[in-house]
Amino acid sequence: MSTTALLMTYSFVVLAMMLSTWQRLGLERDLVVGTLRATVQLLAVGYVLQLVFNLKDWPFMVLMIGVMTVVAAYNASRRGRELPAIFIKVLVAIGAAEIMALGLTLGLGIVEPTPQFVIPLSGMFIGNAMVASSLLLNSLRREIISHRAEIIVALSLGATARQAVSESLRRAVRASSIPIVDGLKTVGLVQLPGMMTGLIIGGASPIDAVRYQLLIMFALAAVMAFTSIILSFLVYPALFTPAHQLIER
Amino acid sequence: MSGKPLIELIDVWKYRHLESGTVPTLQQISASVENGSLITLVGPSGAGKSTLLWLLNRLEDPDRGEIRLRGRSIKEIDVLGLRREVGLVLQQPVMLPGTVKDNILYGPRLKGAGEREVDAAQLLSDVGLSPSLLDRDAGKLSGGQRQRVALARTLANRPRVLLLDEVTSSLDPQSTARIENLIIRLNREKNITVLWVTHNLKQALRVGREAWILVDGKLVEAGTLPGVFLHPQNALAGAYISGKLEGVEEH
Ligand SMILES: Nc1ncnc2c1ncn2[C@@H]1O[C@H](COP(=O)(O)OP(=O)(O)O)[C@@H](O)[C@H]1O
Ligand SMILES: [Mg+2]
Repeated sequence: MSTTALLMTYSFVVLAMMLSTWQRLGLERDLVVGTLRATVQLLAVGYVLQLVFNLKDWPFMVLMIGVMTVVAAYNASRRGRELPAIFIKVLVAIGAAEIMALGLTLGLGIVEPTPQFVIPLSGMFIGNAMVASSLLLNSLRREIISHRAEIIVALSLGATARQAVSESLRRAVRASSIPIVDGLKTVGLVQLPGMMTGLIIGGASPIDAVRYQLLIMFALAAVMAFTSIILSFLVYPALFTPAHQLIER
Repeated sequence: MSGKPLIELIDVWKYRHLESGTVPTLQQISASVENGSLITLVGPSGAGKSTLLWLLNRLEDPDRGEIRLRGRSIKEIDVLGLRREVGLVLQQPVMLPGTVKDNILYGPRLKGAGEREVDAAQLLSDVGLSPSLLDRDAGKLSGGQRQRVALARTLANRPRVLLLDEVTSSLDPQSTARIENLIIRLNREKNITVLWVTHNLKQALRVGREAWILVDGKLVEAGTLPGVFLHPQNALAGAYISGKLEGVEEH
């Protein structure tokens, strides 16, 4: 795409701002900030990727994945600020999901271990693990609040903390997995996934694009389930005292 | 076990942290419970009766003081075993997911026991419900039915001490009488020690041999029935009792 063509894309933003002004939506400021941030962040990522691809160097790849994981964990852990050591727990969950997903795709020889595959795939794994973490922390909080009385009943009858929250954990994991499951059911019917669209525009054959898309979708489903299950098990003990008492918040 | 009380409360304090500040809900509670006794706990709403039962089941711990069972601090006893031995029927009869049978067998199943060891149908009829309810979704029961299933659920753990928190508040007089008789029988025949919170003084007089009167988080009166209701020594207890008895007569 030429630079002129790239600049023309900003006419969409101008259009959105005109609509916002006309309808007094008050979104102009957010639109400007959002547009600037998207531009700067994506351009920066583009140049960094170009650099890493040219270096073809393992340490750089690992470093980049590490940075992505830390940023993702920082972002998602803000959803559970009241929980002790939440950053570390989210970091472990996202890191484990990334290792699992990348390990499988590389180990089974599905893609080649080159930066060209590893970095974008990791980006998607880690990004979705981040979304899964945020969703899980939200749904877990909702579950514990709305099923507090049941948890107390179970404890009073001699259940351990884990036994008392197991239903809530299950429901929270299920709730946080709904977006990806819904996505699997409607993909291709309602919308073409962004990555596939990108590949096709970039010149790949639709069949090739579909193959990669399937890989991504299945891997992402596994990543989301894996992240939320691990995180739920890391987080629930902090809701209880060692004497299996539900801590009030 | 002669001489030594089954349960001792030694200078027990419990605070609640509210937005307006920290307030004591139990203050300076010292009392003891003899093995095999049946004590009723009465007092105005908000006096701290439920909180006291929560502490005995260790759903919470006191902020100060100590609770002992057979001379040992309950903090030194395995908490899971303690909660089975000192069984609590909560004030809100909340059902767990599943059927009535799932609810009644919840405690035994935690220990790997099931229908062979625990007769859920018998427990259900003990509390005055038809065994045909066993496979009913517990979430679909009426308030009165839940209350009785909650009692059966706690009894399924075969507790040695039974903590009851207003367990007949949604029941008609006939069902209430049935529960009262059941508890009295468990107390007399199985020597189960009972602490029974009730806001109904007549019920306390019917079932209890002793009563504790709690007002504003303080144990203001403890003694045998009916004397403790007829001649309370403490002014707060007296005010509560006379107000309550007037209320009963009005209806
Ligand atoms: N979970 C809670 N959070 C805050 N305050 C509570 C909570 N439970 C009870 N309280 C307060 O503690 C006091 C004692 O409550 P409770 O033990 O339920 O009294 P009772 O059972 O005698 O009616 C009341 O003032 C009540 O508002
Ligand atoms: Mg109460």
